Amino acid sequence: MPDLENLHQAVIEGNWKAAAAATQTALAAGSPPLTIVTGYLVPAMDEVGRRFECEEYFVPEMLLSARAMKASMDILRPLLAASGAEPAGRVVIGTVKGDLHDIGKNLVAAMLEGGGFEVIDLGADVAPERFIDAVAKGNANILALSALLTVTMPAMKAVVEAFRSAGLRDKVKIMVGGAPVTQQYAESIGADGYGESAATAVALARKLVAA
Amino acid sequence: MSRLGEWLAGGLLITDGAWGTQLQAQGLEPGAPPDTWNLTHPDRVEAVARGYVEAGSQVILTNTFRANAAAMDGDLEAINRAGVAISKRAAEGRVLVFASMGPTGKMLMAGEIGSEAVSAAFAGQAAALAAAGADALLIETMSDIEEARLAVAAAKSTGLPAIVSFAFDSGKNKDRTMMGATPEAVAAAMQEAGADGVGANCGVGVEYAAPLCRRLHAACDLPIWIKPNAGLPKMEGSAVSYATSAEFFASHYGALRDAGASFIGGCCGSTQDFIRALVKERSYQLSVISCQ
Repeated sequence: MPDLENLHQAVIEGNWKAAAAATQTALAAGSPPLTIVTGYLVPAMDEVGRRFECEEYFVPEMLLSARAMKASMDILRPLLAASGAEPAGRVVIGTVKGDLHDIGKNLVAAMLEGGGFEVIDLGADVAPERFIDAVAKGNANILALSALLTVTMPAMKAVVEAFRSAGLRDKVKIMVGGAPVTQQYAESIGADGYGESAATAVALARKLVAA
Repeated sequence: MSRLGEWLAGGLLITDGAWGTQLQAQGLEPGAPPDTWNLTHPDRVEAVARGYVEAGSQVILTNTFRANAAAMDGDLEAINRAGVAISKRAAEGRVLVFASMGPTGKMLMAGEIGSEAVSAAFAGQAAALAAAGADALLIETMSDIEEARLAVAAAKSTGLPAIVSFAFDSGKNKDRTMMGATPEAVAAAMQEAGADGVGANCGVGVEYAAPLCRRLHAACDLPIWIKPNAGLPKMEGSAVSYATSAEFFASHYGALRDAGASFIGGCCGSTQDFIRALVKERSYQLSVISCQ
């Protein structure tokens, strides 16, 4: 499948035009959309994540790869929906109340989309009620919270508690991340998981969905 | 001699410590933009600035880190002018006032913002800071070389000296910016862009600062600006603390001087005590040298 090998390569190299073209060619040659996602896009983004972990890639390379993946997904998503294929999971993501930083959160959202997740991005400075509303309406099974500042980290705890008070804590797995956040902090507020980087966030989300 | 050269003729200068964390100690709400306090709580902002002057800072910054049109809304002209006025009041002509310019918070390469908008945001801020009488402009916590280039061009157009400082907090050795840039790449690019000084601020802690300083110094002919964090923040319950003590921080003074630093101060988590400890360490080091 030379077209699909090209797609895999285009995502790793962050070439969105080549990724879109290879996706169209592969579809025209009869490759099923789901195979393209699970067999080529997801492994390509895994490789990007590996390179990020090994520090061969930094944020710019990761962004370009995420964009290439998105170009391919934009073509595939309607076809997947029409065929009734389910996404890897539904994620509601946002930066917590009081915190306006969204670079890290955007990167995690892009990587999750690349990993085959449906992502509902609420942006930055999101109040607990909005997270609850979005999870309920979007039927999400994962909630991803970001904070860059030590002073806004406590808002993560407030979100976890709001889900508990609303009786929705069991409906959703909560993962947290951001510069000051640690595994220990995640455990202390009763979150289900902590992602150290955008790359590890995808693996964590898959683990949480499978659990 | 350049203005920066004249200021440094007597040796390296001790700058100030953190502003954001100090303003929070004064009651700034978590997540609220500190810059608006220049208009709403000028007395409390001045208290932070005055604290640094009294501790022995020879250069203080301004509470204007976010006040560019790409990063925040509001009457930015007034916020920037007030920020310089407050620091100048605290300085009383005894210390220099370098006006702080932080990043846009948006990524050029992700298409979140265009280069014209970045240039316009920095040019507007730089003009207001210069008009209010800042001695120099300090572009800080940068991670993207392209964005920093645009900021330096905007700052230089005011005619004031412009120093540009990056946050090195990524990579195995914490010697890359978030965008993957090395000290060597940063120093070369900023010298080429016309910056009058280059440096490292924020980052992961003072232990990493001397090697970064040495590498920046080796890669360009510019004065080096060093302002590390007081370590990474830790949460204890709902309280935030920083692992590094003022004494431990100041114990790096000699290593930073030997690595070629021209300006030494502290970033997030550092306080007036850190500056006092740096001043004390410098006196001690000078007395040791004079006895030899």
